[in-house]
Amino acid sequence: MNCEEVTILLHALIDGELDAGNAREVEAHVEICPNCAAQLQNFQDLRKALMSSSLRFAAPKSLLARIEGKLPAPGVTRANRRSVIRSFAFGATASALAASGLLVIVMRADDQRNILGEVVSAHLRSLQAQHLTDVLSTDQHTVKPWFNGRLDVAPPVVDLTAQGFTLLGGRLDYVDAKPVAAIVYRRRVHVINLFCAPAPGEAARSAVMESRQGFNVRHWRENGINLWAVSDIAADELEEFGEKFEAALRQ
Amino acid sequence: MVGGAADRSGEKAEQFKKLALPHLDAVYTLARYLMRSASDADDAVQECYLRAFRHFDTFRGGPIKPWLMAILRNSCHDIYVDTTSLVYTRENIGEDTEATSANPMWREDSETPEQIVLRRHASETMRRLIDELPTEFRETIVLREINDLSYRDIATIIEVPIGTVMSRLARARVMLRDAWLATESGSECR
Repeated sequence: MNCEEVTILLHALIDGELDAGNAREVEAHVEICPNCAAQLQNFQDLRKALMSSSLRFAAPKSLLARIEGKLPAPGVTRANRRSVIRSFAFGATASALAASGLLVIVMRADDQRNILGEVVSAHLRSLQAQHLTDVLSTDQHTVKPWFNGRLDVAPPVVDLTAQGFTLLGGRLDYVDAKPVAAIVYRRRVHVINLFCAPAPGEAARSAVMESRQGFNVRHWRENGINLWAVSDIAADELEEFGEKFEAALRQ
Repeated sequence: MVGGAADRSGEKAEQFKKLALPHLDAVYTLARYLMRSASDADDAVQECYLRAFRHFDTFRGGPIKPWLMAILRNSCHDIYVDTTSLVYTRENIGEDTEATSANPMWREDSETPEQIVLRRHASETMRRLIDELPTEFRETIVLREINDLSYRDIATIIEVPIGTVMSRLARARVMLRDAWLATESGSECR
C-alpha cells in the first residue's frame, strides 16, 4: 500500500469503515511512514475538535408543532406487546431471497411491530449491498470491541467455530430505525447475521421458534438483551445454533 | 387488519411520527448547514416531513434516517431553486481523481498535533468554517461527522458511489483542517 492510497484510506480507518485486512495494511504503512502517520494524527485531531464542538442544532418547538399540526390526528389504537408475535410477518421480499442466511437479532422490546419485515430487509441489504461486515474478523476479541462507542449495548460475540458456526465479523445496522449490532456467522454456505440492542430491565425469556416463508425465527431474551434468530436453514439447525450460542455465553 | 380508513390513516400517522420525529433534530441540523438560514431550514424540514409522510407507503423499512435525509436534501434543493441561483458549485468538485492527485492536500505544518488539539476551539468558529465549505463537501462532512451516518448511507443519500463519498470526505477534511489551522494561528491577533 502506498502513500496515495493511504491518503484516502486513512479517512475510512478513522471512520471505522475499513475491513480488518485493509485496516491492518493502512496501520502497517502508517507505522513506517512518518508523513502518513502525521496525517492520520492530524485528521484524528480534527475529528476530536469536531466532536468536542457543539455543532448540532435543536429543531425549534414551533417547527415540531407546525409539522404535527399538518399530519393526520393520532389514531386510537396502539399495538400491545401480544401483537408482536402475530406481527411476525415477513415482507413479500422474502420470496426474492435466494441467498440463505441466519439472523439473530437482539433488540429493544418496544417498537416490534414490523420487526420481521425490518429484519428481512436488513438481511437482504447486507447480502445485496456487498456490505455484510463493517469489521471483518474471525476473532471475537476484535469484533466485540469494534462496537464500543457505536452502540449503547455490548453485543454478545462468541466464537462458535468449533461448533460449526464460523464467525465472519460484525456490522452496524438499523432495525426499526434504531441502530443494532449485527454479528455475522456462517454455517456451510449460509450467512449468519447477529443484531444486538438492549432490553434493559426485561426478564429473560426462553426461546420461541417461528417459521414464515422459508425462514425460521428463534427469539429469546437474556441478560437484558433481546435476541432474534432468523434463517432459512432447517429449524433444528437454527435451534442448535441458538442452544450453542446460549451455552457459549454462559461459559 | 380492522378499522376504517380514518383509523388506518391515524395509525399511519402514529407510526410515521414514532419513526420519523425522533430524527427531527438531526434532519434540522442538516437543513441548517445546507440552507445556512434558520427560516429556510424551518421550511425545508417542514417540507421534508410532509413529503416523507405522503410517501411513507413507499418506505421499505430499514433505517429511516437516511431516507429522511435524502428527502430533506431534495426539499432543500427545491427551496434553493426558488430562492437563489445555484447550490452546487461544479468547479469545486474534484471528485475522485483530484483527491488522489499528486498535489499536496495538506500543508506541511511544523505544528505538532498536540499543540493543535490542545488549543481551545469555539463551536461557533467550527460552525462557520463548515458553513464556508462548498456544498458538496459541507453536506458530506455534516452527514458523516455530525449526523454520524455510514459511507453507505451517505452514498445513498447524495446518490454517488461510495468512492466519491470517500474522496469528498477526504477533501472536505483537508479544507476544513486548513481553514481551522488558519483560524487557530490567527486567533492570537484577535
